[in-house]
Amino acid sequence: MSTEPQSGSGISGDDSLEDAHEKNKRVRRVLFGCATVTVVTTVAIFLVLFDNAASYFFGARISEMIAGGGIERTVTFTEFFTGTRWAPDHSTPAHGVLPIVWGTLAITIGAGLVSIPIGTATALYLSEYANTETRNKLKPLLEVLAGIPTIVYGYFAVSFLTPVVVGGIASNIINPTGAWLESVSVFAPFVIEPVSEWMMGVRVGRYSLLAGILVVGTMTIPMVSSISEDAMQAVPDDLRNGAYALGATKYQVSLRIVLPAAVSGIFASYILALSRAIGETMAVTLAAGFNANLTANPFDEIMTMTAYLVSMARGTSAVGTVEYQSLFAVGLLLFLMTLSMNLLNDRMKRRFQEEYR
Amino acid sequence: MSTQRGDLFADIDLGREKLINRLFYGLLVAASLFGLVILVLLIADVIWESYQGLTTFNIDPVQFLTEPSSSRAERAGFGASIVASLWLMALTAVLAFAIAVGCAIYLVEYAPETRTTRLIEANLANLAGVPSIVYGLLVLALIVNDAGLGSVILAGAIALALLIVPIIIVASIEAIRAVPSSVRDGSYAMGATTWQTVRQVVLPQAMPGILTGTILALARAIGETAPLIMVGTMLHATRYPSGPLSSFSAMPTQIYNWTYQADRMFNGLAALGIVVLLVFLVVMYALAGYLRKKYETEGSITNV
Amino acid sequence: MSSNTTDTSNETESTTDESSTLIETEVSVDSQRSQTPTETVVSATNLSVSYGEQRALSDVSIEIPENKVTAIIGPSGCGKSTFLRSINRMNDRIPSCSVDGELRFKGTNVYADHVDPVALRRKIGQVFQAPNPFPKSIYDNVAYGLRIQGKADDVDLDEAVERALRGAALWDEVDGQLEESGLDLSGGQQQRLCIARAIAPDPEVILMDEPTSALDPVAASKIEDLIDELVSEYTVIIVTHNMQQAARISDKTAVFLTGGELVEFDDTATVFENPADSRVEDYITGKFG
Repeated sequence: MSTEPQSGSGISGDDSLEDAHEKNKRVRRVLFGCATVTVVTTVAIFLVLFDNAASYFFGARISEMIAGGGIERTVTFTEFFTGTRWAPDHSTPAHGVLPIVWGTLAITIGAGLVSIPIGTATALYLSEYANTETRNKLKPLLEVLAGIPTIVYGYFAVSFLTPVVVGGIASNIINPTGAWLESVSVFAPFVIEPVSEWMMGVRVGRYSLLAGILVVGTMTIPMVSSISEDAMQAVPDDLRNGAYALGATKYQVSLRIVLPAAVSGIFASYILALSRAIGETMAVTLAAGFNANLTANPFDEIMTMTAYLVSMARGTSAVGTVEYQSLFAVGLLLFLMTLSMNLLNDRMKRRFQEEYR
Repeated sequence: MSTQRGDLFADIDLGREKLINRLFYGLLVAASLFGLVILVLLIADVIWESYQGLTTFNIDPVQFLTEPSSSRAERAGFGASIVASLWLMALTAVLAFAIAVGCAIYLVEYAPETRTTRLIEANLANLAGVPSIVYGLLVLALIVNDAGLGSVILAGAIALALLIVPIIIVASIEAIRAVPSSVRDGSYAMGATTWQTVRQVVLPQAMPGILTGTILALARAIGETAPLIMVGTMLHATRYPSGPLSSFSAMPTQIYNWTYQADRMFNGLAALGIVVLLVFLVVMYALAGYLRKKYETEGSITNV
Repeated sequence: MSSNTTDTSNETESTTDESSTLIETEVSVDSQRSQTPTETVVSATNLSVSYGEQRALSDVSIEIPENKVTAIIGPSGCGKSTFLRSINRMNDRIPSCSVDGELRFKGTNVYADHVDPVALRRKIGQVFQAPNPFPKSIYDNVAYGLRIQGKADDVDLDEAVERALRGAALWDEVDGQLEESGLDLSGGQQQRLCIARAIAPDPEVILMDEPTSALDPVAASKIEDLIDELVSEYTVIIVTHNMQQAARISDKTAVFLTGGELVEFDDTATVFENPADSRVEDYITGKFG
């Protein structure tokens, strides 16, 4: 309880004490105001997104509806959530959000497939195997990886990953394999031929889903490795020693003792990394592209929700247009997705902390 | 293994186990090096492209650093973007620092254990997870359009400030909590009010940690692109911004716009821009590291 | 409980053979001090303090005299520090703390609704177990109290700082280095700096919570000498787990036992030579605690 007293008779002081209390009260009010700004921000995000998204679906913002404006159904929820073509600004517009949601999910899951195993393995290495010297060198490097701005990752994707790595895979592995497959397609023409056809035809343009996965995956590795490592370090040595004393090998201890004991912290790190991948914008935009394709081909271009937002940004000029309104509908969807991930993460973190308090 | 005794361990065959362990170890090392490999490739690529820009395309470094951008690659420079970023950082710092440190002080020194306090703390955790682009949307709707400010530096600064406030709060709370309670008790026992104690004793001691956290947060902000794009940046920063109400293109957004052009020369310009951005980052991290080192050794309480 | 017997001094001088003190140290009492009549400056009536479910002080009633050194001793966890902190209401800073009964400072119940704890603490100084100087210069440390109490403009600050440092027997060692950080001093010097800081605003009572337990014997004995001088101007209430120290420096001793019970409060000589309660005798002779 803080020492905020009531002034009065008895043991009371002089003017300076009154002044000091007054000042303290005033400062406290200001500081509380600062704290409420953070809450106001969240409320504002909700309000603004809902308010403007409403104009996308109902032709008027909520604030306008309240002020007596008319409602006119413009985009139905069915069309939005089930349509498979996304082109709000096209001359023949389509408002099916699935392709870009798919794009986001494809990147997120793909990135997870990169960052989760690699991050966990790195964490295990740092926690159980590496000596102090190696740790002191590797950890800062991972911090650097985390500190590189996403635009730089995006540049790297466009300038190197897609042309050299993805393109290299395509032209040096996939195409020749396709060609070889075709040469043996005689043995099972109906099965092999479509595959070999596709493989030989793989071409990589400026953007590719695979590059996006690689880049977003790499940038979320430090998140997984650092938090997982903390979770592993928190596992008491007694547990390990018990196993070692029984003659277990390091591999067994790592997988059977440390990993299970640290699981809630590790899971929390996964959710954090996935949540980050969902919201990632610049790297994925420059890596994976702007084509709202509903495709699973890693060599194709796709569009994520965030890439759409970036591509449609026109500043002040577009207010009131369908493209402008669609920004908020998509933004709202994105926000809700990351919010639920973060709430899940909070729950996991609390469980992790309770175990080792 | 004691082969002299010969039979003591004869019944234990660890050959397969050892193989698995070795493979596992190799796997872990490979994974740990993956990030390192990508990092090396990334830096090499940036350096290579910059070099290409300087040599093959004859980009003049001085011109690059001082001229504003242009739709013509031969005349494009990074100067206006650098200035725009500096403006942004200054405004963002002012806005974010006050709110964040105020909130941190309130939470550590004043806040009673009520539901309001828990709400504020829970909300902080969630704010930290909001994608940066959402802050751009927020500012676009409220400030750029509703308030009619337009796509100006101030709007961008507000978006970035909102983004880094939670980061600074977390760092500040940690720094303030690190001040030992014995020092606070000493002040309260003398009949000081909470604010007197905070201002005279706690804050001075916590300030290095708070500043370090702020610098690191600004390092994050300086590379942020998405919120600025939503607020609205110029395709080319063709003139130096004159103040908070100028339109602009900051370093990261200019890099983005240049990268987006398929032209090879613009690619080189983008690479050079990245080099400049990374230099800024290195300086900021070094500053933060220096502050941290300096105040970890000085001012330690125990000197018995 | 409070006796004003004036023959305690004679008793101690001839205490070598019969009814010797129960501990090795002689009780030395300033004969002049023990003869001056006393006013009660701090008194407790049925004071009980709990931290949540945990009872720290049980029904304590005591009258502590002015301008004397009162020692509070007892085993760990007996509530000595809690009692001390109740006097200047520093216990308020612990959220789970609840207080019953009365504690009076110069006649006023400090837990009355109208009492401002901040004002209360301006009249009472406290010295802590581990020296806790502020990360400021020596001068600013000592001047802190006067500054925050708004008295800095009314007094000659330089003079007040010097007076306090002399009063804490530190002036000679720091004169000319007042701008140096307080943290650069040795442990014993830091503690004397904290004492100077506490006495600078001229309080009436100085609370000391095991002030020498973190110091080496030489530094500790300097502080014990200092207490002997301070008591002429202030009332000193000192918590200590060092019985020899209590016997050496205090005029009255209060013995608390586990559970927060005040078991005996009397002249120091009586407590250490001929305590009324057998539990006190057991504690002093080391049977427990």
